[in-house]
Amino acid sequence: MEDISLKDIKRVIDTIYLTRGVDFSNYAFSSFKRRIKRFLEMNKIRDVNGFIEKIKDESEFADIFIKEVTVNVTEMFRDPSFWVVLRDKVIPSIKFDHSLKIWHAACSTGEEVYSMAILLKEAGLLNNAEITATDINKHVLKVATKGLYQIRNQEINSKNYEAFGGKGNLSDYYTLGDNTVQFDKQLVSNVDFLCHDLALDSSPGKFDLIICRNVLIYFNFDLQEKVLQTFVQSLSKDSYLGIGSKESINWCRSARAFEEVSFEEKIYRKTSDNL
Amino acid sequence: MDKEIKIIVIGGSAGSYNVIKKILLALPVGFPLPIVFCLHRLKEVRNGFVESLNINSKIIVREPDDKDLIKPGFAYLSPANYHLLVEPGRNFALSTEDNINYSRPSIDLTFDTAGYAFRQKMAGIILSGANSDGAKGLYSAFKNGAYTIVQDPDNASFKAMPMEALKLFKPHQTLSDDEIVSFINSLSSNNYV
Repeated sequence: MEDISLKDIKRVIDTIYLTRGVDFSNYAFSSFKRRIKRFLEMNKIRDVNGFIEKIKDESEFADIFIKEVTVNVTEMFRDPSFWVVLRDKVIPSIKFDHSLKIWHAACSTGEEVYSMAILLKEAGLLNNAEITATDINKHVLKVATKGLYQIRNQEINSKNYEAFGGKGNLSDYYTLGDNTVQFDKQLVSNVDFLCHDLALDSSPGKFDLIICRNVLIYFNFDLQEKVLQTFVQSLSKDSYLGIGSKESINWCRSARAFEEVSFEEKIYRKTSDNL
Repeated sequence: MDKEIKIIVIGGSAGSYNVIKKILLALPVGFPLPIVFCLHRLKEVRNGFVESLNINSKIIVREPDDKDLIKPGFAYLSPANYHLLVEPGRNFALSTEDNINYSRPSIDLTFDTAGYAFRQKMAGIILSGANSDGAKGLYSAFKNGAYTIVQDPDNASFKAMPMEALKLFKPHQTLSDDEIVSFINSLSSNNYV
């Protein structure tokens, strides 16, 4: 299909904001443009004007677009070495009061929430943990709450879990269905799944650890800065932030509140409130 | 050809490694353009590849972080398990969205976004590979004005990738690996930093 024009992209963003209250205006340009094109191609839509009218008139359709335009590809224990550093260095050094408070920001379909729950369970800490898992999209939160995943994704998940050095087999944590696997719901009994838009909403609380991996890459500089400020407000002193292995907060003013704990795994400790 | 090429983007898969080593070996210190390599690579192996490309290379090869500026005089390698995109502000952006043509990184995506950002100031080169990734992206860059080169299939270890591109459009040149090296070197004399 032909390229979608800048003007049309802006019209789509404006319409979604006005009708659904979701703000895509500070998303990174190339990937967002591609996601719109992908959606139009998948739905065989040629006429951008008609498409915009449809978003305006049909809230259900607009919500499907919002779901499809955001990226929800994730794995359990993606980058196993990240989870090793969390298990061996970061979490043991957190001095929490009553409970270990963790925020999975933009948790998508929840694979990393389950990874964390498994890690904590194996460390004997799951009952001491309070996890908040948020996403902009209620459809993916539903998937996360259910813990029902496609069987075809388990190969990579198991491989990652093995590389992470888990205590058993990943299959210890799920039961097999026909084409799906059902993860043990006990794992997420201490998890609050909440709808939350990093672009618009304020901090959902104070945490000892925030996990937000491969989310900032979809945002432009302005939104990255804003989100990092929210993270600074949401972290107690000496608490931690983990981002994706090729993400960078060095551009942000708010990066000054942090020191690097692991360069390879992109884990930071908050050292001050002074921005 | 526009004398003001500002970026070279190279896509490669199976059989392209030796060509890339040849290119890096031939580039002089202070080569005045950025070179972006989007290469298919193992998803789960993060380390080792960029180190091996840096051996015998006089310019530094880096795996960019998200939003890194694209600087002249550096070579960039697509990081494992991410798509590598070029933003209109001429910095990189990464993405973890689905595989495209079974690949992440997808060469199509890098060519397509770099072509959109740099238009006729981009030179795009597709090398040896055993699949069809890259052809559509290079064609899209071509339509946006990029100067395009396809490795001669008879000279490529795996013909499929160059053949796919040649099926889709007629690039500006079809060259052997040695001619590609000379072409890239010739760009340096046209540019002054």
